[in-house]
Amino acid sequence: MKRHLLSTADLSADDATLILDTAAELARIADRPIKKLPTLRGRTVVNLFYEDSTRTRISFETAAKRLSADVINFSAKGSSVSKGESLKDTALTLEAMGADAVVVRHWASGGAYRLAHAGWIRSAVVNAGDGTHEHPTQALLDAYTLRSRLGSLEGRRIGIVGDVLHSRVARSNVRLLSTLGAEVTLVAPPTLMPFAVEGWPCSYSYDLDPVLPKLDAVMMLRVQRERMDQAYFPTEREYSRRYGLHAQRMAALPQHAVVMHPGPMNRGLEISAEVADSARSTITEQVANGVSVRMAVLYLLLGGSEPAIGTENEGGAT
Amino acid sequence: MTDGTETTVSPAAPASAAQAAMRAVLDASAVSRALTRIAHEILERTQGADDAVLLGIPTRGAHLATRLGGQIAAVEGLELPIGTLDVTMYRDDLRLRPARAIKRTEIPSGGVDGKLVVLVDDVLFSGRTIRAALDALGDIGRPRAVQLAVLVDRGHRELPIRADYVGKNLPTAQRETVQVRLAETDGQDAVLLGVKGAGAR
Repeated sequence: MKRHLLSTADLSADDATLILDTAAELARIADRPIKKLPTLRGRTVVNLFYEDSTRTRISFETAAKRLSADVINFSAKGSSVSKGESLKDTALTLEAMGADAVVVRHWASGGAYRLAHAGWIRSAVVNAGDGTHEHPTQALLDAYTLRSRLGSLEGRRIGIVGDVLHSRVARSNVRLLSTLGAEVTLVAPPTLMPFAVEGWPCSYSYDLDPVLPKLDAVMMLRVQRERMDQAYFPTEREYSRRYGLHAQRMAALPQHAVVMHPGPMNRGLEISAEVADSARSTITEQVANGVSVRMAVLYLLLGGSEPAIGTENEGGAT
Repeated sequence: MTDGTETTVSPAAPASAAQAAMRAVLDASAVSRALTRIAHEILERTQGADDAVLLGIPTRGAHLATRLGGQIAAVEGLELPIGTLDVTMYRDDLRLRPARAIKRTEIPSGGVDGKLVVLVDDVLFSGRTIRAALDALGDIGRPRAVQLAVLVDRGHRELPIRADYVGKNLPTAQRETVQVRLAETDGQDAVLLGVKGAGAR
């Protein structure tokens, strides 16, 4: 059964384009006096968050509510999870309550896959970030933002810079953007470049400055201090000097190039405040687009008799 | 978008087999005459159509709305606001089929509040598309009145809905299908009648 969104690797170019086109139509209801569609009336969407999140959870909640679904928010803090309840028992509880979709963020890579395939629940599972593995809806909203700024992704050069090792956003984006025809270059210090990156559908570099002048867009990744169990770089000042995007570096980008960041930002570390607030930055636009893209995903997974996206073997290739 | 009769004919599809089983009930000139008459009826019934807004239901209803707007402009020199209204998200049969692609909704800049909205569609059948359109319209604004113009009324209503302007009343059997072809989407204007399963999906 194809009914989950676990990884961007499962999306064909046609699937991804359908999601982005649907999102483009749904974005228009944000301008209407009544920002609501009756499409998912009577369906229940559960936000199951084992990790802290502001924009992803609020974005999914807004998206589900704009489609008239009922939303149940469930975070590990303040629930039985803090008393030691397992993912399985939580899942069985949700199943008993009749959830139609579970939006899950889990600290373990593969958490969403486990939830979808263990046979605990029958509902659709949407991965909202699992460990350092994937965050497909973030990649979709990045692709949407790029498409609306650059017209098309075919042949565009996108740089993804920073803590690639711990970044699920980078993994999802590499797969999705290459599926859509873009050329992705990863830039990170050797300590933050994942093992076996040679096998990914992208090129990579340890040096930011030679890459910048060729890019149509640069995506700055957050330095994930909470996942860093050892010293990956000597000092923050050194990291910022070599891999941070500041005004002087931004000047090396072509005139049309945009600056992205999935948020939350460490201002002054990977991106300077001046760059984050500049006209080239799409950071707040990305948040607004997130709602439209998540509405599209929920509609395409839950709206019909069967999902319109996904593959038979979802999440299989990792 | 017509209830149960929508047959998407893509240019790449082998249309010859489908066409053989379909009989033309209106040819290009008959379609054109029907639209001219509807344009005149709209002007007559609304006494000049001063506050009218034409909203076509994609895909073919939207093209018909554009053509009606052109006819009215030719007759009266009056450029009516023309838009499109997609009803996919308001349909009552969404859960019976896989999720469908959404089409464009384009409301003219003047909005619909206090206006006379004329909904335009190609075929009127069960009436469920129009019910969905009325719901969609209610979320966009509050028109003074809503009227309905269709190129073909094929009967078999399942809801208390009727058209104000009809190009052609076409008595049909349930097992028959009606297909409207327009130059914009299908290369030529025609209304075809066929039997379900023979060519039509």
